[in-house]
Parts: sequence; C-alpha cells; structure tokens
Amino acid sequence: MISDLFTKTVLIGILASGIRLATPYLYAAIGEAFGQRSGVLNLGVEGQMLLGAFAAFYVAFSTENLWLGMLAAVIVGAAMGLAMAFVSINLQAVQGISGIGFYLFGLGMSDLLFHTLLGTVETVSGFAPIHIPVLSDIPALGEIFFSQNILVYGAFALVPIAWFVLNKTTLGLKIRAVGENPQAADSLGVSVSRVRYLTVTLGGSLSGIAGASLSIALLNVFQQNMTSGLGFIAVALVYFGGWRPLGILLGALLFSMVNSLQLWVQVLGIPVPSDVAVMMPYVLTILALVVAVQRVRSPSALTKPFQREG
Amino acid sequence: MRALSKLSVSQVMDALLPVLAVLAALVVGAIMLLALGANPVEAYGALLEGAFGSKNAVAETAVKAVPLLLVGLGICIAFRGNVINIGGEGQMIVGAILATLVGLSAPNWPGWVVIPLAMLAGFVGGAIWGAIAGLLKAYFRVNEILSTVMMNAIAVQVMNYLLRGPMIDPAQLELASKIPQTARLAEAFRLPRLAPTRLHLGAAIAVVLAILVYVLLWRTTLGYRIRAVGQNPDASRYGGVNVPQYVVMALLLSGAFSGLAGATQVYGLNYRMITDGSATGFTGSAGFNGIVAALFGQLHPIGTIPASFLFGALLVGANKLQRVMQVPSALITTLNGLVVVFVVSSEIWRRRRQRQRMTATMVKAEQEPSLSLESGADS
Repeated sequence: MISDLFTKTVLIGILASGIRLATPYLYAAIGEAFGQRSGVLNLGVEGQMLLGAFAAFYVAFSTENLWLGMLAAVIVGAAMGLAMAFVSINLQAVQGISGIGFYLFGLGMSDLLFHTLLGTVETVSGFAPIHIPVLSDIPALGEIFFSQNILVYGAFALVPIAWFVLNKTTLGLKIRAVGENPQAADSLGVSVSRVRYLTVTLGGSLSGIAGASLSIALLNVFQQNMTSGLGFIAVALVYFGGWRPLGILLGALLFSMVNSLQLWVQVLGIPVPSDVAVMMPYVLTILALVVAVQRVRSPSALTKPFQREG
Repeated sequence: MRALSKLSVSQVMDALLPVLAVLAALVVGAIMLLALGANPVEAYGALLEGAFGSKNAVAETAVKAVPLLLVGLGICIAFRGNVINIGGEGQMIVGAILATLVGLSAPNWPGWVVIPLAMLAGFVGGAIWGAIAGLLKAYFRVNEILSTVMMNAIAVQVMNYLLRGPMIDPAQLELASKIPQTARLAEAFRLPRLAPTRLHLGAAIAVVLAILVYVLLWRTTLGYRIRAVGQNPDASRYGGVNVPQYVVMALLLSGAFSGLAGATQVYGLNYRMITDGSATGFTGSAGFNGIVAALFGQLHPIGTIPASFLFGALLVGANKLQRVMQVPSALITTLNGLVVVFVVSSEIWRRRRQRQRMTATMVKAEQEPSLSLESGADS
C-alpha cells in the first residue's frame, strides 16, 4: 500500500497539489511579513482571510465575475487592515490581543453574512488552470508547475516582488528602519505611523486575497470557518521564514507538501488514522519553529507601539 | 485629601472603561441588527429575556459562565505574567480527555473518590498542554501565541482519534453509525445539580477558585513573581528570579484551569465526550470567549466572575435571538470580537491617566527631594 505513493502519477499529484496548497499561505504570510518587518504583529489574519473569502465568493457568485470577487476581497481585507492599523498605531492596543479580537470579528461576521446573504453552501466555477504554452508540455514538471490557476502563479510571483521591495527600494528601507529602530527612523524624517499604516493595510488586502484564493480558486465554495487555522499558520510561517520572503516560501512549501502528502495518503486508503495524518503539519510547524527561531532575531520593534519621546 | 479623591475618580473611570467598551460594541451590534432588518430594541429584549427571563434561563446563563470563568482565571494568570495563552481550546480538550479516562477506567469506584480524581486529572491534562507551550517559550524562544494555536489543532485531532478509536463507546462499535463518542460515565460520577436546572457544582468550584487565584496572584510569592516577571523580566532577572521557570509556571497554571473547565463540562453537563470533528463542537469556543471575559474583568480573578456571567448571558441570549428573530447567533461571536478590540483599545486612556498620576507624584517628590529619587535612575 505504501508503495502506491511512489508511482509517477501519485508523486506528480502530490507535488502539484502541494504547489497549489501553498497559495493561501504565501499571500497571507508575505502580507503579514510586511506588517511585522515594520513592527506590527497582526494576529487577525485568520479573520481577514475569512471575510476576504466570503466577500470574494459572494461577489463572484452574484455577479459571475471572478475579478470583481477579487476586488471585493482586496477591499474588505484592506479595510480590516486599516482598522488593525488604527487600533495598533493610534490607540497603541496590545497587538497579540487586539488581533484575537479581529479574528473573532471576522469569524463571526463572515458566518453572519453567509447565513444572511447565502443561507446554503453554493459553488462557483473558480479560476481555471492556465496551461502555459510550451512549459506546460514538459513531462511531469509541466503538470506540477505550469498548469495552475492564475492566483497560484500570482502567489509565487509575490515572493521575488516582496524580496525586491523589502531589500532594494527606499520604501523597503523605511519599512525595515521603522521595524528595527523607529526612534532613529523618526528623527530622519520617516513617518513611522504612515509606514505602518501602509504595511498593515497591504497585509490586510493580501490576507483578503489569501481568503479569495480558497473560496474562488482552490475550493470554490464558502463554508463557515473554512480557513480552520490557516491564517494562524501563516503567522507562524513568518517566524519560521525569519521574516524573509524566501524563508517564507520554503516554509509554505514544506507545510503545503506535508499537507498534500497527508491528503493523498487518505485518498489512497493507506492505513494511517486520518486524525494522526491531519495532525502532522501542526506538529511539524512547532518543531520547525523550534529550529527556525534559534537562527534569526525578530524585528526589534515588533509589537512595540511607537511614541515620540518627551 | 484632594489628591485622594482625584485618585478614586480616575480609578472609577478605569473600572468603567470596559463597560463603555461593551456598550460601544452593543451600539455597533444595534447597527448590524438594523442592517439585518431586525429591530435592535426587540432583539436585545429577546436576548435579555433569553438570558434572564426565568429561573431556568438564569441557571443556563450560569452554566455557560462556568467554563468562561475557569478559562478566564487561567487567562488572568497568563496575561499578568505577560504570556498570551490562546490555547484554551486545546487545554480544555486535553483536560476533558484525561478526566473522562479516569471515570471510564474506574466505573465501580465511589463517586466521592472518582469526581475529585477526575477534576485533578483535568487540571493536570490542561497543565501539561499549557506547560509544553511554556517550555517552548522559555527554553526555545518559540512564540507562545503560535505554539498554543498549533497545540489547539493537535488537541482536536488527538480527541478525534481517541473518540473514533481507542476510547469509542463499545456500544457504538456494534452499530453501523459509529458515532465518535465515549461511553457514558457512571451515574455516581455526575456533579450534583441544582434540580430542576442544569446548574452544577462546577459553578461553585469556579467561584471558589476565583478567590484562590486572587490569593495566589496577590498574596503568595509565586503569584508575585509571575506578575513581576510579566511586568519587567529584566528587573526580575537582576533581582535573582529564574525568569524562564515563571514563564513556564504561568502557562502551566493557565492551562490547568482550562483543563479543569473541560473536565467540568464532561462531569457536569454531558457525562461523556462526543466530537463533531471541530474544537468548538466540544468547547463551544469557551477557550476563546474566556479571554474576552478575563479582559472584561480587567484580568482580575474576582472581576472575571461577573464578566463571565455577562458573556454567558450573551451566549444564552443569542440562542433565543436566533429562535425568535432568526438573527444568526454568529452575531455574538462578532460582538465578542469587537469587545476585545474595544477593551484593549480603551486601555490607552487608562495608561494616560496612570502616567499623569506618576508625573504628579514625581513633581511632588521633586519639590521635597528625598534620597529615594537619587538612587535607581542609572542603568
């Protein structure tokens, strides 16, 4: 039975769905990384994802336009991000706790809207796979990498973009400065709060897209609490990835591959209790965190509200 | 004398802040109700009626408050120690599993032996689950927020596995349905109830423990050190306190109370464990809502008692709201989230007043120079 795992079709299947499953983690974790690099820990990612997933699904379902759905997810995510930014920056609320508040809000609100506006579980035909000419004809690799939907490509494209913005642009320099030493950044004329507003709002809209990637690209349904902890794992991936886009990519892939393997193990009927299989990615995350945090240091100003002295 | 009266006014304001935060959340809730096409006055009326309308309703509110209070007590300890325990859900589940195992493995023992043993097992189960996150934080620098969230997910799967496999009710094994639940506990093991309501002994246990947690935090060295480490770990370290040890202690104790909450749910209400595959199916989100209650109670164990009762009322009232006015009970989760956001946001005014008080004392002290000011300052 175990040998079933090692046939070519199954291996390709595991890898292809692993790539696909990394999508929501990448959007959410890269977005969260921007916030954290500037010093704001947003724990409400899960709530933003849920509301984004619902907004995308509902708009796509009622207008039959997937891109309008995406737009809705971006707007809703950004609005949640703005609220988080206001609470953390202007009101200086304890970030670990306010984030839980936003999580509960998103959890309840998406459920409430689902009951009121939809009532039952519906489906949409989400983003279809795009076969990239030539590349998708490469045996095995084509199927794994080049026959995915547009949001999957977008998620992977986001990694180098985020790397470039953080490391090679003035904006990135400002973000890092604000996260490491806000006093110094402030004395050099960088507006700490403006930078943080920007990153947290950006993070919110990316979380919204992460939710949309579930509801109108990967699963094509909306269900109550459909993210089931995914947003929290995305926050963990930021730590795991050492606040660097490439590290996050590795973490997301590791996590989604294990998840994909776990799903295929169940599909093939290999006698591992499904509960134990489902548990594995979480155990792995904890172990990965233990290894990862020994290597890198978190942004110095993370979770610390900024206040001018005097 | 004047300073004294000023102080108490600002202290009254401090105590009022969470109330204002809840009122603000209720106002937002009223707007949402309007948007849903429901009359907010009628809706809140139904909610109140559902929570307090009869003796039985009040008892149900108290029943819902029990796990909130127990989890909330743990949250008071953790947050005072500046560790954020989001793992109440998982700790409740593990506590309930261990407690249930006790009852199932000794079905013929007398109740007065098994019940305390089971409560202890719940306490220990939650403590273990919390302590894992504590050890990871103290010795491996793993953020406790993340580890406790992961531990929640792991606990759910452990529960699902046990209830489908090793711990499944033998009667279910014969049936095709195979409902994932344990056998029923012996009748002698049920926590006494205030008939005809479902209000069980757990409520009294929780209130007594609230007082004990107050004593623990403010009248014992252990509690003092947990709080000191929470307020200023560096100063505590210089003072010779073993900081990591108290970080572990804070999470261990915090988990223990959640574990006990899980145990009382089994022995006071359901008399067995049953899973629908999710954590909420067993906990009713008490692991999260306990955080809300503790925050509302200003992280004070005694304040958490009325706070839990209030949020228990919201939960019970929400059911009525759903039945009578077809307003989805998810509204309450939404409002709970807003309460958390508003309460932590309103802290800024408290901190501001605290600073004013401090500057006032400093100014006074500067006018009458004393030795105490000269020492200390340098670092």
